[in-house]
Amino acid sequence: MFREFEDKLLAAGLTERSSPVMGFLDASLEWNRDDPVIPILEEVIQGLSINSILFSKPAEPYRTIISYLARTSGGVICPEDCETRTFLHDLPVCRSMDSREIATILKNRKGVILPDVGLITYGMVSLEQAYVTFSSICFACFVKFFSDYLGALRNRHVDELLQKTFEQVANMPGPHPSFSGALMKGPLDSERMVLDAMDEAGRLTVENRLVDSYFGNISCRLGNTLYISQTGSSLDNLAGCIDPIPMDGSSCTGITASSELDAHLGIIRETGCNTILHGHPRFSVILSMDCDKAHCEQRGQCHIRCREERDVCRIPVVPGEVGTGVYGLCNTVPEAIKDHDGVIVYGHGLFTIGNEDFSKPFFNLFHIEKQCREEYFRRVADLLSRQSAGH
Amino acid sequence: MYGWCGKIARIDLTSQTWEVEKPDISIYQNFIGGRGLAGYYLSPHIHRKWHAPEMPLLIFAGPLTGTTSPTPGRSTFMSRSPLTGTIGDSSVGGCFGTELKKTGFDGLIITGRSRRNIGLEITNTSVQFVPADAIHGMTTSQVQACCKDHGSVAAIGPAAENGVRFSNIIIDGHYAAGRNGLGLILAGKKLKYIAVTGTGKIRIFDPEKLKDERENIRRLMAASPAIFGRFGISAYGTGALYDLMDARNMMPTDNFQKTRFAHAWSMNAHAYEKQYKPGKTGCRGCHVQCKKITDSGRSIPEFETMSHFSALINNHDRETVMEANRICNEMGMDTISAASVLACRQEISGKRIPSQNIVGALLEIAHGKGEYANLGMGSARLARSCGRPDAAITVKQQDLSAYDPRGAMGMALAFAVSTRGACHLRAYPISHEILRKPVATDRFRFTGKARIIKINEDVNAVADSLTACKFTFFAASLEEYAAVFSAVTGHSLTGQDLLKTGERICYHERMMNAKNGFSRKDDDLPPRFFGEPETSQSAADLKPIDRKAFQKAVSDYYTVRGLDQDGMPVAEKIKELGLDGI
Ligand code: SF4
Ligand SMILES: [Zn+2]
Repeated sequence: MFREFEDKLLAAGLTERSSPVMGFLDASLEWNRDDPVIPILEEVIQGLSINSILFSKPAEPYRTIISYLARTSGGVICPEDCETRTFLHDLPVCRSMDSREIATILKNRKGVILPDVGLITYGMVSLEQAYVTFSSICFACFVKFFSDYLGALRNRHVDELLQKTFEQVANMPGPHPSFSGALMKGPLDSERMVLDAMDEAGRLTVENRLVDSYFGNISCRLGNTLYISQTGSSLDNLAGCIDPIPMDGSSCTGITASSELDAHLGIIRETGCNTILHGHPRFSVILSMDCDKAHCEQRGQCHIRCREERDVCRIPVVPGEVGTGVYGLCNTVPEAIKDHDGVIVYGHGLFTIGNEDFSKPFFNLFHIEKQCREEYFRRVADLLSRQSAGH
Repeated sequence: MYGWCGKIARIDLTSQTWEVEKPDISIYQNFIGGRGLAGYYLSPHIHRKWHAPEMPLLIFAGPLTGTTSPTPGRSTFMSRSPLTGTIGDSSVGGCFGTELKKTGFDGLIITGRSRRNIGLEITNTSVQFVPADAIHGMTTSQVQACCKDHGSVAAIGPAAENGVRFSNIIIDGHYAAGRNGLGLILAGKKLKYIAVTGTGKIRIFDPEKLKDERENIRRLMAASPAIFGRFGISAYGTGALYDLMDARNMMPTDNFQKTRFAHAWSMNAHAYEKQYKPGKTGCRGCHVQCKKITDSGRSIPEFETMSHFSALINNHDRETVMEANRICNEMGMDTISAASVLACRQEISGKRIPSQNIVGALLEIAHGKGEYANLGMGSARLARSCGRPDAAITVKQQDLSAYDPRGAMGMALAFAVSTRGACHLRAYPISHEILRKPVATDRFRFTGKARIIKINEDVNAVADSLTACKFTFFAASLEEYAAVFSAVTGHSLTGQDLLKTGERICYHERMMNAKNGFSRKDDDLPPRFFGEPETSQSAADLKPIDRKAFQKAVSDYYTVRGLDQDGMPVAEKIKELGLDGI
């Protein structure tokens, strides 16, 4: 059990091999290895009703980013991406290694940041929760750091520390997406082919560092059945986690389908496409939040109320929350994706579509993210050069 | 006080008097409300027989009931269970809890026994004892009609009056305080109905914060496929689970002799939706609205009813399920137990009851007359009296709900250790074992399940005490509810603090059961699920549960819960939880 999550953390570039300390508690407490921090973690567990705990120093660039944010946050980091807003609320920082202080914070939040030391996250049901929270915190901090930097640059608020940290981080290898190869060719005309193709596309999306494993979903239509990944499944491990859903609604087995099922069905209705890929690639998310409209009265509520026609690298950006509420992205994405290679949901992620197989959605996701990354650094360079010219 | 009213009414039916009690704030802090507070007030009487006049019927709302918190419409009915002998409680929806809070009371403690049949009518300022001889024997909807100007009504039907062990209290015509035979408690007191109507307002400590925190939970709920997804309970009612349980080989069929039902495809929520085109309704103040009712006022059965009145008794006529559900509500009988006792009788007699005879059989049970009269004793007693105890699929004499435990080890453990008999709701492991929330767990393994079950029992004890609907916890957690609780009451607590209270409430229930002799021997499943030789001819599609692994999980559960290995409370833990003075 421990090994599975050690491998996942390593593969996702979230930690180094020897970093994570994991505890699992049923009638008795087990650890993945010995570590001097264990006595402290044991005390933390004592104070909480939980069944698993994860402590680790994050790998770079997260380590530097999180240290910077923790140092400058004044106690709580407040990222504005959708993942944090919906599930984590905010990210508390604890400046001491005192188990009582840590436990007090964890009584209210799913994870805590210990500056320069690491992150502690936990699960009440399984280690997977601790993993997902760890991964979410890293993602949220990454997105916040790069967004904040761009915002600060626009407002001429970049201080020395921020500039230094940015340069340091921008030069790190980091989670650069890369891919050369091909995906299974369509038409996908049997259930076996559909499942294999979904499995492959999901896996490649994660393996190539486009998306962290739990942050995405995927679907494929075959006749009157929609095959879609289940809620809480990880894109790189879809075996047994795909629900076949009759599109005439004659069965509710889709109750375990991804929370974006409605968006997928809406997209198919609007575009007639057969394959859909959704994930949260970082720079697409970061740029979706980079808006230079001054004095906008929707500021702070952009993720649900933005009415501007915005795009990033010619990909439309729309507001919308997870799921099916009045502000649900299922109400905005389907319409917007018509005639485009994809749609970015503000502060959330990217949808791409195809017909024959997953090549088009995969490569579009890949290219859009690549372009967004380039565009991000182009905007930074632009602002920097304008500012130095202005000086 | 904010959130709470600070008052409860003690009502004595023998003397037809009542008085107001103002509990100390520490009692509220230690037991919150709803199930927690009801348990606190049940405790001194738990040794009594369920039909003793002094045995109280407790009805409690919680600090969030009647506020704008998400799913605030629930309340708890509690006493000692006539069916199981354990504590007997039921969290119920409708408007009762909200109306109760509006009268200015957090709860009612009803003791004594009236000489004549009566009803109770409660308003902001008065409790009236109303003669009810004229409505004795009436169905619950008839009682409802008689009380239509009296707010929310909790009533019993003929089943309770005729001694059916699994009789319910029916609230507002559609919502059942079910499973533990609490209808009999009212019947024993000659109390036909309780009507409440109030006009008061609940004071909120920080309305602005409540608004924000409520939005946080609603956002999570909107993101939950099981609640607001296209196939979630808001769209289809709890029947949304039907297809999945069959697909996962967990649909109890032919009295748990099989785990898949050949006709499932035609008996699912979608089929009801198409045939009956119901509208949405639900508990007061809830935006999920998981209850489905047709224009003509017919309820679409809940998942448990849909499943047990089809697969369990091998019936594939939807209209029979609809009618069986209606008759059970009218008569005031638990649908799960009613279907189970029919299934038990079918197995013992080796004869299927034809679909067209099912409604008639239910009426005979309720009226205690005819061929099926003796089925009112419930399946455990029936099977024993026929010399076939193996045919009763019960824990602590309460029938299993519609999840075959061979398909989910957490569910197996939760059924066994629940404080009110085979109850799926105490820990609701279906949430992670089947619905993948908050994350998926391996349903075929016991690994980690002891602690998960313990923690989720504590979570749900808090939900039942706040009150909040357990379905909300497919999406939100106590982390968010603690913020709502703080905004409403002004008492700043964390989710983990609330969990500690949940632990106290659960442990207290174990203490009460222990006083009545419940121990490890009762925390067990029927032999059928372990594939013991005498039942191994059952054509189950799932492997039997490994008995050793099961017993180890029970032992682990005791360790985690702080009980001894016989399942009995220990002094140290009692003290730690502050239960030593009770
Ligand atoms: S979800 Fe359903 S049962 Fe729960 S409070 Fe809402 S209407 Fe009632
Ligand atoms: Zn997403």
